[in-house]
Amino acid sequence: MACIEAQGLRKAFGTTIALDGINMRVDEGRILGLIGPNGAGKTTALHAFLGLTPFQGQLRVLGRDPWNERDQLMRDVCFIADVAVLPRWARVSQLLDYVAGVHPRFDRAKAEGFLAKTTIQRTSKVRELSKGMVTQLHLALVMAIDARLLVLDEPTLGLDILYRKQFYDSLLNDYFDHNRTIVVATHQVEEIEHVLTDVMFIDRGRIVFDRSMEELETQYLEVMVRPEQVAAARALKPMHERQAMGGSVLLFNGVDRQTLAALGDVRTPGIADLFVAVIGNQSRQAQGAAQ
Amino acid sequence: MNTQSNAIPDTPIAAHGFAPAIVPESRLLYWSVARELWESRSIYIAPLAVAALILVGFMVSTFRLPGKIRAAVALDPMQQHELFAQPYDFAALLIMATTFVVAVFYCLDALHGERRDRSILFWKSLPVSDLTTVLSKAAIPLVVLPLLTFAITVLTQSIMVLMSSVVLLANGLSVATLWSQLSLPSTWGMLLYHLVAIHSLWYAPIFGWLLLVSAWARRMAILWAALPVLAIGLVEKIAFNTAHFATIIGRRFGGGTEAITVPGGSPMDPMTHLTPAHFVSSPGLWLGLIVTAAFLAAAVRLRRSQGPI
Repeated sequence: MACIEAQGLRKAFGTTIALDGINMRVDEGRILGLIGPNGAGKTTALHAFLGLTPFQGQLRVLGRDPWNERDQLMRDVCFIADVAVLPRWARVSQLLDYVAGVHPRFDRAKAEGFLAKTTIQRTSKVRELSKGMVTQLHLALVMAIDARLLVLDEPTLGLDILYRKQFYDSLLNDYFDHNRTIVVATHQVEEIEHVLTDVMFIDRGRIVFDRSMEELETQYLEVMVRPEQVAAARALKPMHERQAMGGSVLLFNGVDRQTLAALGDVRTPGIADLFVAVIGNQSRQAQGAAQ
Repeated sequence: MNTQSNAIPDTPIAAHGFAPAIVPESRLLYWSVARELWESRSIYIAPLAVAALILVGFMVSTFRLPGKIRAAVALDPMQQHELFAQPYDFAALLIMATTFVVAVFYCLDALHGERRDRSILFWKSLPVSDLTTVLSKAAIPLVVLPLLTFAITVLTQSIMVLMSSVVLLANGLSVATLWSQLSLPSTWGMLLYHLVAIHSLWYAPIFGWLLLVSAWARRMAILWAALPVLAIGLVEKIAFNTAHFATIIGRRFGGGTEAITVPGGSPMDPMTHLTPAHFVSSPGLWLGLIVTAAFLAAAVRLRRSQGPI
């Protein structure tokens, strides 16, 4: 069953087009990384999924229309925006009381259990906690909710590497199962790529790349080409070339592994390199079209 | 706006063992109001602080009380009443004025603060509708503050009577004159009526307007609340040389004269007649409530589409 299904999703702020006809489908039980440069429309897309912004086009999230049914939808959906959205005046115990009071699927004991593993005091106010602790607190609240879709928008922005690692570890170990769906938008691709089952690149309001990780691994290959074979490798039309320590790294789309093995060391490209290649090509094409 | 796709079934939930679970609306409202009290502690701290100051001042004044009692014998009943009741009226008035000011500032911040500190993204990630949220915020000036004003005033005046009685008894004087002149229970009945009729029902459009402005303004909500009102009045004056709008606003603040008839003296006067039937049948009350509903409906719509600022 589709968790999120969008067709021709559009959104403009005045003359700025934030979403330019997005078509996408996220099935249940997937972990989707939504990756794009600043201003690409990631946050706007997530806000549309969550019913935080009106939009044009068709969009169903868990079978509901988010804009008209936000409060019902939120019984099954959780959302963590970038770190600073918990109310600073609130005490930890008050947040627990409130969420337990209003959320039908919140398991207070579970949240207390997650908090017990941290140094967060029940009597502390949010404003007294460090950035990392606020994120831990928010994650503890969210993981105690038996939701079907979790939406994360740059959840680890501004956190140090320990907190970032811990964040995704607890999400995977203590939360994710195959009935849940996670959509995460981020810049910090390296940390999440081993977690993802699907990846989408978004650029200037459009989805420009949409693959499952298995597809990605079979379709794209990266070769560290030996210097004497660079010309031969270029003849195979790489989609991207970059210089690395000790030679050229060429990225190929749909070229046979055996053919490439003759040219150098073959490996699966990282999402970050693929992102640079795809988005770089996009903007070159856009520039070419403009000229 | 967005046409719905018929490719996807309309029945959500149920699958995968996620049973539908719904929290009753009353419980959502209860926790939302509790949330407001946690955030805006001035709602109860300000009137309590004023009450404490009144009590300190009154305690000092009780040193003069035995003299007052002896002198009162020579006065006629009306003057006697004024002599004793005045500090009690003053205390009630002061607490009422405090909670009114608190209500105004609360409303101006209610739907603005959550956008300013981005916490709206957290609140909106929970299954609480915009209508429930706005109603819980409107309940503070319309329900919570009037009841709180009543409770704190009753408490303050009770302590005042107690202090006076102790001083009088310690001086070997009778408390009869004081108690008979105060007739506190009937004053409290009148106070409750006044709070419900005026501070809640009659002032409702004022609070509704302030909530609407706080949902809409990006900054300086207080200016946006005041300037349009001044501007309309001014334009009317220039264009037609009339002041109907200013009169309407003035009558709203001057407050529900239909609720009582005052034969002279203060509204707390025991001579004051309550005229609830007249008040309930006055068009001003109902027009005001309709306008309030419209303001709140607009605030709900705005909250739905507004994000952090």
